[in-house]
Amino acid sequence: MESKYAIIGNSVAAVGAIEAIREIDKEGLITVVSDENVYNYSRPLISYYLGGKVEERNMYFRDKGFYERNNVKLILGKKAQRLDVNKHVVYLADETIIRFEKLLICTGGKPIVPNIEGLSEVREGVFSFTKFSDAKSMLSYIKLNGIKSAVVLGGGLIGLKAAEGLLARGLRVTIVELADRILPNTLDKEASEMLERALVGLGCSVLKGDTIIGVSTTDGVLKEVYLKSGRVIPSSLLVIAIGVRPNLDLIRGTSIGYDRGIIVDDQMQTNIAGIYAAGDVAQAKDFLTSMNSVLALWPVAFRQGKVAGFNMAGKETKYEGLFPMNSVEIAGIPTISFGLSNPQDGENYEVLVKKDGRVPLYRKIVLKDGRIVGGIFLGKIERTGIFVGLLKAGMDVSSFKEELLQDDFGFVVLPESYRKHMIVGEVIET
Amino acid sequence: MRRGSLVEGIKRVIVREEYCMGCRLCEIHCITQHSKSKNILKLFKGEEPKPLSGIYFEERGPTSFALQCRHCDDAPCLEACIGGAMYRDPITKRVLHNREKCVGCWMCIMVCPYGVIKADHSEKKVASKCDLCIEAGFPACVENCPNEAVILIDQYGRRVLKEG
Ligand SMILES: Cc1cc2nc3c(=O)[nH]c(=O)nc-3n(C[C@H](O)[C@H](O)[C@H](O)COP(=O)(O)OP(=O)(O)OC[C@H]3O[C@@H](n4cnc5c(N)ncnc54)[C@H](O)[C@@H]3O)c2cc1C
Ligand code: SF4
Ligand code: SF4
Repeated sequence: MESKYAIIGNSVAAVGAIEAIREIDKEGLITVVSDENVYNYSRPLISYYLGGKVEERNMYFRDKGFYERNNVKLILGKKAQRLDVNKHVVYLADETIIRFEKLLICTGGKPIVPNIEGLSEVREGVFSFTKFSDAKSMLSYIKLNGIKSAVVLGGGLIGLKAAEGLLARGLRVTIVELADRILPNTLDKEASEMLERALVGLGCSVLKGDTIIGVSTTDGVLKEVYLKSGRVIPSSLLVIAIGVRPNLDLIRGTSIGYDRGIIVDDQMQTNIAGIYAAGDVAQAKDFLTSMNSVLALWPVAFRQGKVAGFNMAGKETKYEGLFPMNSVEIAGIPTISFGLSNPQDGENYEVLVKKDGRVPLYRKIVLKDGRIVGGIFLGKIERTGIFVGLLKAGMDVSSFKEELLQDDFGFVVLPESYRKHMIVGEVIET
Repeated sequence: MRRGSLVEGIKRVIVREEYCMGCRLCEIHCITQHSKSKNILKLFKGEEPKPLSGIYFEERGPTSFALQCRHCDDAPCLEACIGGAMYRDPITKRVLHNREKCVGCWMCIMVCPYGVIKADHSEKKVASKCDLCIEAGFPACVENCPNEAVILIDQYGRRVLKEG
């Protein structure tokens, strides 16, 4: 079949692209292919589903009419198997052929599976945690077998979210993290420790500087987990959540250029004209470093998909680059981190901190040459976006930097010209 | 004199800080408009729970102003929302928020450059922000500002007045 636009993957980058294409081109057929046999659910919500906080009907981030309204042909439950970049053809697993003018690859990430002895013998009890089906099968496994405890490998974002979901279901949870603290990539030691104390307060065990080297089974069902430290944890549920890496299956063996992810220019186009990539699979401009990096984050995937969509439909649009940013709530404590929140070469940066371990509250802003390059806000997170905005604007904040961490910080503190530009804008006639 | 239309296109409430006297009536009327009874006396006698106002009121020395959602053309909160709770109304182009779908993840708070989204903990945790008084049709803060410091403008920067 022929389709002006083909999109492989049906997640947030795809939705961003569809909306952008339809702003420009109301007619050209869009075909979306996904190997997952579900409608566009929100991946970050699977931990809320696991924890019983979101019902299935609220897992979808666009309404049921979305595809029809946007004149999209949706092919679910089929994998795009092969890509011929010269002929502009995608072959699906069932040999369906899609001829396209413009292609967007947004195949996302794949869970990383570590080398663990005995893992291949496990038939039941080990899960990764990146798909809706993972959350569903984990939940039915827990209910069916009356599981009371779990081990989570990985104290990063996905591991902690899985742990949250399991804790909400009343399980005893042990988190095993190789680094010396949880969320090592996004937080600093201080913030990590505040969250860890809160998790421990909920009855969760956090084992740091350790990892899983082996597992044992009875009749194919997980029985015990062996740690590097020599510790043995009896458990019938193990969640492997040590991260994701770009899913390059479709483009390996083609002439599309990749490094960690698919390399794209600032229009989200790959080295092959007419073929674009976006989201967790793409390696695109990083706002802070101006180098290319993979940022496996929801808002990044949306923006990249949108930019790709505009360019595919002929509206030239530039991707300005984004930076790491995340908002998580662990053990009831909201935490937002963004940018360079924990620079290693400390002497080149100025760091402003305000904290109160009892509440807990932690606010940190990292400055370089008078400009905000990162921060951590834990406990109280309202208005954090102003700082993210100042980072993006590249605003020199040195003249009012002692105000930044004050409780009443706001636009009133900012220079009048910037404030008026931001909050009033252009008014022609009043 | 050409005036903006109340119906079509993006509107935003802006504040002219030189006119703001710091009376904070905008907040009171916002809270009232978003309450169940819409009755200012009942509300402030504590007869029902008060909703959050959609306004951040900022004040420092002689300068004061009310700040609320700008209903941005290119709204980052729409892109960041993992719950599909933030959406653009197809007709009025307002950026609106569906409490039922909201999971209180605060991604929107992280990306809103105006810092105008509040975290509402009254029932389940949800984001809360200005909806331009979707129910009443005209923003209560604008209608009730005694000094016309808070005004409504359309996408061309033209002032929009209440009809009738
Ligand atoms: C548990 C969890 C929690 C998260 N929480 C957050 C959070 O709080 N904040 C945040 O910013 N980010 C979070 N993320 C990350 C966020 O979900 C991703 O950044 C986002 O989903 C990336 O979207 P995407 O469109 O690039 O692709 P993905 O969401 O990865 O989807 C890619 C899709 O393509 C399909 N596919 C792959 N190959 C093929 C093929 N060959 N043929 C057909 N289909 C194919 C896949 O099956 C998948 O459905 C979380 C992720 C997980 C797993
Ligand atoms: S909440 Fe913030 S980002 Fe969203 S439309 Fe309003 S002002 Fe813009
Ligand atoms: S807090 Fe609610 S509205 Fe804000 S991003 Fe999360 S789900 Fe969306």
